[in-house]
Amino acid sequence: MKTQSNLEKVLAAGHFAVTGEVGPPRGSDPEVVRSKASHLVGKVDAVNVTDNQTAMVRMSSWAASLICKQMGLEPNYQMVCRDRNRLAMQSDILGAYALGLNTMLCLSGDHPRFGDHPMAANVHDIDSIQLIAMVKGMCEEGRFQGGAEISSPPKMFVGAAANPFGDPQELRVLRLGKKVAAGADFIQTQCIYDMRRFKEFMHQAVDMGLTEKTSLLAGVTPLKSGGMAKYMASKVPGMTVPDEIVKRIAGAPKDSQAQEGIKLCVEQIQELKEVPGVAGIHLMAIEWEHRAAEILELAGLLPRPTL
Amino acid sequence: MITAVRKPMAEILGYAAQFDNILLLGCNECVTVCYAGGRKEVGILASALSLAFLKEGKKLAITEHTLERQCDPEFVEELAQTIEQYDAIFSMACGCGVQTLAGRYKDKPVFPMVNTQFMGASERQGVWAERCAGCGDCVLAYTGGICPVARCSKRIFNGPCGGSTKGKCEIDPGVDCAWQLIWDRLKALGRTDLYSQIMPAKDWRTAKDGGPRRIVREDLLS
Repeated sequence: MKTQSNLEKVLAAGHFAVTGEVGPPRGSDPEVVRSKASHLVGKVDAVNVTDNQTAMVRMSSWAASLICKQMGLEPNYQMVCRDRNRLAMQSDILGAYALGLNTMLCLSGDHPRFGDHPMAANVHDIDSIQLIAMVKGMCEEGRFQGGAEISSPPKMFVGAAANPFGDPQELRVLRLGKKVAAGADFIQTQCIYDMRRFKEFMHQAVDMGLTEKTSLLAGVTPLKSGGMAKYMASKVPGMTVPDEIVKRIAGAPKDSQAQEGIKLCVEQIQELKEVPGVAGIHLMAIEWEHRAAEILELAGLLPRPTL
Repeated sequence: MITAVRKPMAEILGYAAQFDNILLLGCNECVTVCYAGGRKEVGILASALSLAFLKEGKKLAITEHTLERQCDPEFVEELAQTIEQYDAIFSMACGCGVQTLAGRYKDKPVFPMVNTQFMGASERQGVWAERCAGCGDCVLAYTGGICPVARCSKRIFNGPCGGSTKGKCEIDPGVDCAWQLIWDRLKALGRTDLYSQIMPAKDWRTAKDGGPRRIVREDLLS
């Protein structure tokens, strides 16, 4: 075992892994984090704590991660390249590890244009693949990106994201390959609704041997309503939602759309479990953390292993 | 070339209000090519300023002149004999020209008439787009001649990000995804092997992060 990460242990033991997600609040109340996280304690192997997602200012990812950690969850501390240069990133990684965070996720970050500070400097000193390489260098070679030795190097289980649905399609697996080559220990994908396209992606990834070098967790997000299905289908960059899914959710009676969304999500998880190369799921129940346990129970993924 | 757009009239009138006699100075280089500050634009702005002053019942003496290059001390020197006549210089050059004037004529107020934009190229009549970020360490040989620094919204060196859709950037359907263009070019060149190389973290010292930059050519020093 390279790290103290619970996610690493679960994957190494050969279990089908489950990760969840908590979005920090746009305020300083720790109870908001505790309330969201409380629904996931004991239900997931790690919980992603987002970093100013959708380019909106929120409680810092490391602080909210620490709150989750104190509740007995394994935080997957997210870090984006949009807001910090490599000095700030490395110092945050040292601090996060010092406070007991062992798992992190390296991301580019949404463009500031989408958030509440479109006037902010858009840093991108390094990109997400260079961030993976930087963290690996810190952990495994004990060196800062600038080359100097780290007196007590951190040990992070390092993840990255993959979007099987963005364009150009033929680059999606090649870019995943670059993330794996940079050292990504695990991968979490964008929410999957287009199962056919995802299976093609996985087929290529398996063929290239990528799933032997990294653990790939398939992303799922339950659709809460027909409105949400339509929004995901039309408004979210790099996301594809097949018409039949939008029709299924939007076509259900209003008061049972949520239940239909949960049913669909459970079916998707069961289908994903059978896809070669998939090592687990990443459940992003956006502002629906209290329904996560129900989905995981129905999908037969509870209880979680304790290692 | 360096591109620019003229400042809003209200801002220019705000600068002009305190003066009676100005030199409105164009530049015959980049800003002429992008129709922002050449001889023609000097004429148009002079007329607009005169008209605005007349409306207020005031008068502004405007001398129109266009230098070959405002960023070149040799041409800026031309003004040495006449500069005393004017209260201020209203420069239609890019920021480089404005600063060359300010450096040479230290007690003369100089005002910018344009907002300098970017280093770009003309896409078609009336459209210019950014092409170079002047990062000081060109990577175009590895990216099929398309610059990820200037043309990717997240200046990603190992792109594309997950937001590339049908060849367009997530920030605006009017913006091409640089990595789609890079990939298309690498395929056309038969050099998709270049994509699989991880481009390492960039050394930004050659860009503006290393402090203000200078080029000194010993062989040309006199």
